[in-house]
Amino acid sequence: MKVGVCLKQVPATDSRIQVKDPAAGVDTSDVKWEINPYDEFALEEALKLKDDKKASEVVIFTFGDKAAEAKIRDGLARGADRAVRIDDPALQGSDALGIARALAAAAKKEGVDILFCGKQAVDDDQAQVPAMVAELLGWPQVLAVDHIDYGDGSLRARRPAGGGATEVVEAPLPVVISCDKGLNEPRYASLRGIMMAKKKKIAVLGVGDLGLDPSQVGAAAAMVAESNWSEPPPRPPGRILEGDTPQVVAELVRLLREEAKVI
Amino acid sequence: MFAPSEDQQALIDAARAAAEAILGPTVREDDEAERFRRDAFRRLGEAGLCGIPTAEAWGGLGLGYLEYAMVLEEVAAVSAAYGVALAVSGLPQVILARYGTDAQRERWIPGLAAGELLGGFALSESGSGSDAASLKTTARRVGDEWVLNGSKFWITHAGVGDVFIVMARTGGPGARGISAFIVPADAPGVSFPKREEKMGMRASPTGEVLLEDARIPADHLVGKEGEGFRIAMSALDSGRITIGAISVGLARAAWEYASRYACEREQFGRPIIRFQGVGFMLADMAMRVEAARLLVHKAAWLRDEGRPYTHVAAMAKCTATDTAMAVTTDAVQVLGGNGYIREYPVERYMRDAKVMQIVEGTNQVQRLVIARHLERTFGPR
Repeated sequence: MKVGVCLKQVPATDSRIQVKDPAAGVDTSDVKWEINPYDEFALEEALKLKDDKKASEVVIFTFGDKAAEAKIRDGLARGADRAVRIDDPALQGSDALGIARALAAAAKKEGVDILFCGKQAVDDDQAQVPAMVAELLGWPQVLAVDHIDYGDGSLRARRPAGGGATEVVEAPLPVVISCDKGLNEPRYASLRGIMMAKKKKIAVLGVGDLGLDPSQVGAAAAMVAESNWSEPPPRPPGRILEGDTPQVVAELVRLLREEAKVI
Repeated sequence: MFAPSEDQQALIDAARAAAEAILGPTVREDDEAERFRRDAFRRLGEAGLCGIPTAEAWGGLGLGYLEYAMVLEEVAAVSAAYGVALAVSGLPQVILARYGTDAQRERWIPGLAAGELLGGFALSESGSGSDAASLKTTARRVGDEWVLNGSKFWITHAGVGDVFIVMARTGGPGARGISAFIVPADAPGVSFPKREEKMGMRASPTGEVLLEDARIPADHLVGKEGEGFRIAMSALDSGRITIGAISVGLARAAWEYASRYACEREQFGRPIIRFQGVGFMLADMAMRVEAARLLVHKAAWLRDEGRPYTHVAAMAKCTATDTAMAVTTDAVQVLGGNGYIREYPVERYMRDAKVMQIVEGTNQVQRLVIARHLERTFGPR
């Protein structure tokens, strides 16, 4: 069984995100990059299948320029076998659908049996690509999964259904799975893995290699355009309630219910 | 030179992640309990940390001392005790790689590089520290064996290690009468009667290696007879780079902790870093850490380039360890009352830093090495 993993590099969660030019977007000059944390669950799930000899090969798919290779190498160092990086001038300015078309074409070309994705990328939090890829491939999809049991030619995936309930979905392969926190405990790269990763291959594929229609990807095909970037308003300061404990508790519950509307 | 390459950064990140995951959760309780964990060391080996400069053919990573220094800094920033464990267990690998026979290398290096075996280095005696060439432990050739007698003091991993490189006298007095031996911990006549109770580095076991008619096979001699002192000094040159790197890690951890604390801790209505007395202290700490790291990296680079590096390694060791002592002491000061409390890590950094000025040649010996180099360079020929 061949397993694919979609991997995106995102600004590290402790990075300071700044918008200096409203037209240019986030200033990434001082940003440290990391593998999207949800993609780490996806990668770990694939590597566990390889450890258990259920998967013969783990292939990373990344849509991104040369700078993305550092985090692809991180994925290879953790144990993936090789990687496909999708990069082409014709793909510049693609929206989520354009990126999904490219990833779907790559997954199809590689013939993977399971494509693991993170449930969303923590940079723009759109959570669109995994569902789109599945739809484009005509494969079943199970999204935001926190447990998987593997069968023969199928799997059963569990996902939170809200309000503490869970939903268990059985799906035949090939399938797209998007991974949520709790699915597993991602490993980190060993130093030996890093040395071995240098010898692993990262193939760079363009529009032609993937058989994509150039009119369906890139800026021209994008249905979403970014018009303006701004930083979120500063968070209002916290409020401290004072007085006797019973009063304060009552007031706190009232505020949580009526103002914050969380209970 | 002034920033890690992409590959080096990946090694640094991996070393930090491994150290935090494997050592971080128990670093304080291990210090309190004076406990060294072989299983943790083994896991460091699985992560690839136990044989960084050792050739790939023997199970190492085949990297340079520059990468070794970068990795040790990360480990030491979490636990100096395990930084030292890696460096000390690295010494037999470095020695055997350079001076050992093929059989000796094959027997010992792969296990040490994997972290399955724990190594040590036994030179000091109660009566010979800085004056190492006056050591009194003897080795006599009896038939197919060497018979060793004497006592080695302040030996890291005594009682927990598997194999030690032991310096013993096979000839006349002075440096040329000393030879190096591989002494397995379970060889007959080898015992570990005393574990020292230390001020710091409490998770790193230190003790006496007692040799009472200790018998080892004849082929456990390393290099030639009389070559031991040269082997020991070359090991110490390398070791100084590692102690320097560990000290940079300690100093960095203290400085970063103190900086974060000073940005959060408020007195008189503002973060204390805005008071010049505190802010300038942190600025000085930052300068010293950066400068020490550059000197350690330079010494490592010279070694990797095959250039003379003895005097620069001495400078690096001395600078980095003096820096660690000063910076960790100031970190305690920045934290004030909390700095003196064991719940906060900075007092441990300070206790751990002190011994760095003493081991691998005291900082007085380092200055002697540097002064001798100056005399050779500038004195009459």
